[in-house]
Amino acid sequence: MRKLLHDRDAVLTAIVALLVAGISLRAPVFLSAGSLDTLVTDGAILAMMALVQLLPLLTGGIDLSIPANMALTGMVTALLSRAHPDLPVVATVAVALALGLALGAVNGALIAFLKMPPIVVTLGTMSVYRGLVFLVSGGAWVNAHEFGKAYLAFPLGRLLGLTHIVWIAALVIAAGYVFLNHSTKGRELYALGGNPAAARYVGIDETRSLLLVYCITGVASGLAGYLWVARYAIAYTETALGFELQTVAACVIGGVSTSGGKGGVAGCLLGAAFLVVILNALPMIDVSPFWQMAISGAAILVAVVVNARSERPRGKLILQRVEPAKVTA
Amino acid sequence: MTAARGAEGARVVPGASAPPVGISVGRRLLGLVKRWEAVLVLILLVICTLNAVASPYFLSLENLFDSTQAFTEKAIIALSMTLVIIGRDIDLSVASIIALCSTAMGFLAGHGVPTAGLLAASVLVGAAAGAFNGLLTARLKVPSIVVTIGTMSLFRGVAYAVLGDKAYNAYPSDFWVLGQGALFGLIPYEFLAFVALAVVFVLVLHRTVIGRSLYAYGNNPDAALYSGIAVDAHRFWFFTVNGTMSGLAAAFFTSRIGSTRPNMASGWELEVIVVVVLGGVSILGGSGTLIGVILSVFVMGMLTFGLRLLNVPGNMMSVIAGLLLIVAIAAPLLVRKLAGRRA
Repeated sequence: MRKLLHDRDAVLTAIVALLVAGISLRAPVFLSAGSLDTLVTDGAILAMMALVQLLPLLTGGIDLSIPANMALTGMVTALLSRAHPDLPVVATVAVALALGLALGAVNGALIAFLKMPPIVVTLGTMSVYRGLVFLVSGGAWVNAHEFGKAYLAFPLGRLLGLTHIVWIAALVIAAGYVFLNHSTKGRELYALGGNPAAARYVGIDETRSLLLVYCITGVASGLAGYLWVARYAIAYTETALGFELQTVAACVIGGVSTSGGKGGVAGCLLGAAFLVVILNALPMIDVSPFWQMAISGAAILVAVVVNARSERPRGKLILQRVEPAKVTA
Repeated sequence: MTAARGAEGARVVPGASAPPVGISVGRRLLGLVKRWEAVLVLILLVICTLNAVASPYFLSLENLFDSTQAFTEKAIIALSMTLVIIGRDIDLSVASIIALCSTAMGFLAGHGVPTAGLLAASVLVGAAAGAFNGLLTARLKVPSIVVTIGTMSLFRGVAYAVLGDKAYNAYPSDFWVLGQGALFGLIPYEFLAFVALAVVFVLVLHRTVIGRSLYAYGNNPDAALYSGIAVDAHRFWFFTVNGTMSGLAAAFFTSRIGSTRPNMASGWELEVIVVVVLGGVSILGGSGTLIGVILSVFVMGMLTFGLRLLNVPGNMMSVIAGLLLIVAIAAPLLVRKLAGRRA
């Protein structure tokens, strides 16, 4: 099974490489430093949040409230920055993390303690948080010139040529990799998603694990909210609208199962890379940006159908063998 | 004494149908919660009373029928979405199907197709889109949430690709009748359509083999399959029906607002799902009634209307809708949990 997953990653890598090659043949500007920089910075937030979305997906859940959480923490930090332009970045980040954690903990409590279906809980909090953005801002935008200088400067500041956003995302992804592959808690998530009943028998605490998962997605969303708002230098009610589906799409393209227990960091990153390349490249090869949505939708469908087909024989093997046996007997 | 009896009760039926609490209030509360439809009726009455207090015009027939227009299109989709969700699936693409169908209508209207033709086209395009979802889900075995996340982008994406930042406004002169016309100048045609469809859906779900099969595989797909129910065929057709209803809703909605834009009806998929879940349908499939969903349609509709009377902005309504969804599901669970702990 590991081999198969490995293969899929290889195939996806090849597809992304082919895409990049094809696009740069038609539009060499795609490989220019400026274009790649935008690509990597855009991709960093998506890759980071796709990895975060992987956690609930592994447990058979989903977190649809990620972008609403991002919009709310982004707006709150933006309002803070407007009121106190000299606020140090550390304080902004602390507020973003704390608020994100609180919002995530609400999801976690409802899902872990009350055993409510994650899709329902996060659907509900998604619309509550999104509405709260409107309430705290009164529907107004926070525009580029209203932010404190440090607020905007930090995420786009550079270290070794790459923006801080990329470095932060890389850190989060590395932490995620270690957590999922080399920590007991992380391995427990796979067990929980793969076979919840068995996981319970071996003493895995489902309640605490689920609480942890949604607190992590909350904290990360808070951080991403600040980064997102600072990157685009604007905070408004619709910040990151629809982003939850991009994170899920990136995971699914990368071979993560929505029913839990299956998926890895590499797949997530490749899925995110695939989406970002497609979305950023279209304008460069003279495809109207209005085609973006249709093409990314089609790409997602092709990817998931291919994934599903490669997975099917394994899942159904037992059934297929038993049925003919019965008939012949 | 009561405590002892409670403990015994808890041991005999752990957290099941009979409440382990020795106190009649707890039992009655649980009983009520169990009849979710009763709770919905109560909520509906409270909301309508508040609305009537807030505005003296609320209870006039004209106003009541007029207020249905704000939610009829979503209500029509909620009927078929209920079937999809009871069958353990979900369809996130319905709002995008609306945009797609409306774009098709706008395109055809530009080529001189009359109103009846536009209506037929919208329903057909919707059915085709739904069948596409059904094919990928039931045939190719891709989980419906994944499929419809993809088609959600694809369908609306086609609308964007065709329209860009433009809009279709040139509809036949009698096109408005679909969404704005009313029988005797009182009962909107689209509301009549909803009522007729509701009757059909209730009969199919609660009085036919198709409906029983749906509950069967919603509860246990494997058992249903082994007892000879064509599970995948059912799933395919329910997705197709859901698309068809979205196409119908698209015709009404387009006629009501008189134009087609690619971003129309955005976010409706979630509103529809909220209505269905609030109506007592389990998101995990296998349970729920259409009566509950229909009541929930009116609860949401009247709530929205009341909040609008109070000049509450639209985004505040999303807070309330979200809270309502969470509370509606959390409350019974919480009551059960507390009741279990006390015993």
